[in-house]
Amino acid sequence: MDLIVPSIGLIFWMTLTFLVVFLLLRKMAWKPILKSLKERETSIQDALDSAEKAKAEMQALQASNEAILMEARNERDKLLKEARDTKESIIGEAKAASQKEAEKIMQSAREVIQSEKMAAIDEMKSQVAKLSLEIAEKILRTELSSDEKQKALVNSLLNDVTLN
Amino acid sequence: MNIQVSDFKRFLSIKRLTFILALLFAVPSAVFAGDEKGKSFNAGDMILEHVSDAHSWHVAGDYSIPLPIILYSSNHGFAVFCSNKLDDGAIYNGYKLNGEHIVVANADGSVNKEDTAKLWDFSLTKTATTIVLSGLLLLLIMTAVSRGYSKRGTGAPKGIQSFFEPIIVFVRDDLAIPSIGPKKYEKFMPFLLTLFFFILLMNILGLVPFFPGGANVTGNIAVTTTLACFTFIVMMANSGKTYWGHTLWMPGVPAWVKISILGPIETLGIILKPFTLLIRIFANMLAGHIVALSFFALIFIFGGLWGHFAGYLTSVFSVAFSAGMLLLDVLVSLIQAYVFTLLSAIYFGMATEEAEHH
Repeated sequence: MDLIVPSIGLIFWMTLTFLVVFLLLRKMAWKPILKSLKERETSIQDALDSAEKAKAEMQALQASNEAILMEARNERDKLLKEARDTKESIIGEAKAASQKEAEKIMQSAREVIQSEKMAAIDEMKSQVAKLSLEIAEKILRTELSSDEKQKALVNSLLNDVTLN
Repeated sequence: MNIQVSDFKRFLSIKRLTFILALLFAVPSAVFAGDEKGKSFNAGDMILEHVSDAHSWHVAGDYSIPLPIILYSSNHGFAVFCSNKLDDGAIYNGYKLNGEHIVVANADGSVNKEDTAKLWDFSLTKTATTIVLSGLLLLLIMTAVSRGYSKRGTGAPKGIQSFFEPIIVFVRDDLAIPSIGPKKYEKFMPFLLTLFFFILLMNILGLVPFFPGGANVTGNIAVTTTLACFTFIVMMANSGKTYWGHTLWMPGVPAWVKISILGPIETLGIILKPFTLLIRIFANMLAGHIVALSFFALIFIFGGLWGHFAGYLTSVFSVAFSAGMLLLDVLVSLIQAYVFTLLSAIYFGMATEEAEHH
């Protein structure tokens, strides 16, 4: 029977001990422990959240970097193309201009040559006429130095002439 | 978390525990063997003596620690003295020990039943001393744990703190929050934690087979009654309108059914809840002690029947079985502390439930 009849003394000591332990532990242990546990969990959660946020930001940053890089690349290609076009057009223009200039120079050279040639021809003509006259004068002087010679000449000339 | 789990596993390393427990049991069995020699052995008396409360604390052999006896009676007022004054049936100040009960004795040594009925026994018995010791031990342990938190703040736990933290978190996350709900659980946490650790400590201390353990604390009905009463009081103090409405005046049921059938049943149910709590832990812990002790009783029964050699031979098996039983009791201690706390939490959850429309 002793086993199943609660004794008043034990109930008293149990009540007292439990109450004292409960009140003391609530103040000295449970509240600070639960508070720190909660704080730690919040700080861990915060850390995780901010890490996640940083990751997302990082990704966004990377994406925008990519976009900027792409844009820069396009810009560069465009610039290069423009430069190439400009170069080609400049070269083309320069070629055309130089050709024109060259032709002009050739033309004027040709004209000068032509006029010089004419002048030279005229000069030659007058020189040739002068020389011919001098040569004819000298030849005549030698041929007609004696009477026989004058007669022979007249004869040969007369032989050449055919009187028909 | 990994570190905490491995700590826990290391602490509970089964091999080591078995070895220690077998060792622990070998010692008292040797003591019994010397102690009881020559007397006729009664297993029932031995077991009952060990699971019952006592006014002195038997340590080993003939050596017992006397405990303070505190009495109050309306006739004689308070009386405080040491339990060894009553050894061997001696009468002291008109009191004497009748079994483990203190009674008022007449001058000729007979029991004065009239005065005994008025006697209140507040003695620090073996069980009461163990209760107070567990309380002090719990205070010591938990303040040490708490110091860890105030020292390390939100840093990683260390030492004793890292051993108890998973248990505290378990009580919070697996007992309190699912049973009471995330909004109201905080209010009950100190009570539930005290309940869980106090019961667990008393259970475990009751399993230690030598001084200062061994007192059958949570297998004592006065202790479990008190604990169940605390749960009941906390539950009643926090019960809301919805709880009483659903308990006594179930909506959607005809009035005559409420009055004649459901009302009485539910009223009985209110009382039965703490009653099942106190019976469950009491019966489980008491049974554990009785079974473990029964294995030891076998040693003396066989020893008495067929001589010492049979006793020693039996002791090998008895110690092995008792060690197994003790391991089982360690599990039972945890489970009972868990179940008591879980059910308390569920009752608090029921009591604080908010009205929801069905």
